[in-house]
Amino acid sequence: MQPIVPEITRISVTNLINKGERTDGRSLDQYREISVETGVIKKAEGSARVKIGNTQIMIGIKPQIGEPFPDTPNVGVFMTNSELVPMAAPNFEPGPPDERSVELSRVTDRGIREGKIIDLEKLAIIPGKKVWMIFIDMHILDYDGNLMDAAALGAMAALMDTKIPTATVEDDEVVIDHENMQPLPLNDKTVMTTMAKIGNELVVDPSLEEEGIMGARISIGVRSDGAICSMQKGGERPFKKEEILKAIDLAQEKTNELFKYIP
Amino acid sequence: MINIITNRDLEVKSEAKGSERPDGRAYNELRPLKIEAGVLERADGSAYLEFGDNKVLAAVYGPREFHIRRFLKPNMAVLRCRYNMAPFSVEDRKRPGPDRRSLEISKLTSEALSPAVFLEKFPRSSIDVFIEVLQAEGGTRCAGITAASVALADAGIPMRDMVVACAAGKANGQIVMDLSEWEDKEGEADVPVAIMPRTGEITLLQMDGQLTKDEFEQALDLAKEGCMKISVEQKKAIKNRYGGD
Repeated sequence: MQPIVPEITRISVTNLINKGERTDGRSLDQYREISVETGVIKKAEGSARVKIGNTQIMIGIKPQIGEPFPDTPNVGVFMTNSELVPMAAPNFEPGPPDERSVELSRVTDRGIREGKIIDLEKLAIIPGKKVWMIFIDMHILDYDGNLMDAAALGAMAALMDTKIPTATVEDDEVVIDHENMQPLPLNDKTVMTTMAKIGNELVVDPSLEEEGIMGARISIGVRSDGAICSMQKGGERPFKKEEILKAIDLAQEKTNELFKYIP
Repeated sequence: MINIITNRDLEVKSEAKGSERPDGRAYNELRPLKIEAGVLERADGSAYLEFGDNKVLAAVYGPREFHIRRFLKPNMAVLRCRYNMAPFSVEDRKRPGPDRRSLEISKLTSEALSPAVFLEKFPRSSIDVFIEVLQAEGGTRCAGITAASVALADAGIPMRDMVVACAAGKANGQIVMDLSEWEDKEGEADVPVAIMPRTGEITLLQMDGQLTKDEFEQALDLAKEGCMKISVEQKKAIKNRYGGD
């Protein structure tokens, strides 16, 4: 069941945004308060809790030894998974991942994969047979809008916090040394900025209320060198080309702020 | 907002003399415990609990309209519970989604909490309790029930009492309170107990392992003693949140 936004809210929020203001007092390109903490789950090899406003996500990283995919036998594997747990919002239901959850996982995955953030070649142990599989599990605890940016920021923070055991090969057998933990090999960093189109404007980091009335949203993943590595449009309304280009400029500017939370 | 989240080991304070327990606790000593009420924005009530290395979050929604007709009760509310472990909460990644163990724990938790709640005041509705284990270290079902009670109180749901749970058992031949993960796995017996502390009535009881009748009675008494200690912390969490003395 999707919550219904009253027409009067839609009109007043839209009018305010057309004047360059927002209901919570932010400017159009301002994030809510952000916090990132790492190393919060001892049982996970890497973890982070991230908050953007009241939106809260816990991310844990678990490595496992597994077999590579047949088409990429010489590189490691990573998988991104998210759970919109029913405690996070009154309209989240228990059960297998729904389309929102799958979209969130896939968009986060894409930023990390296409940005070539994890050095997957270093995760091969016996090429063609045994590789590290890195599981990125995102647990959405409190949903108050803009899960995309919180997930991307948190996943990156957790990856940077990750230490994996040393794996060596003796007589074709993998030997894992839990005493010698090493940082997960990373090439770069990526974060994501989401903008919602409301009225004639683009607003950065839409709140739950703003997501309820937005016509469309666009999420843009940017690497620390400024390269764009993923993009996702959502929502029922269309964008104009100029709006997309403006969103890219805005994203490149805002991601610089986000990178400061994961030095 | 979870303020008390810890990212280092909670230290056991006392080194009990001659303790046979691997973490140095006395036989009737709990692991360090912290509870915080009202930690989530969206949920009607919530609580976060750290108990040793357990990190558990509980949230309550309701009383609200019950949309599954066949489970609806025309004369009272139904308290539903979902216990879930995060994939990263245990040593070997747990596959997401319910398994047989979490389904059983969900059912028992619901039955442990129900006697304390005035369900008859909310006919045709549901009260939904969600428990998320973020990090597990033995005794998560008890931690979940304890946190869920605080979340129910935080949601303002009328209750006869705040249910509290604690385990006792036998490890290294000794009857001990609040088994750690190691004691749970390697020990001889595990007896999780939930009570309503005002009357001492038992709302959850399980046992696995082997005990004589005398040992069982000792374990049960010890678990109840643990419950009474935890109950004090539950009430403190609610007082901290709502500022009463």
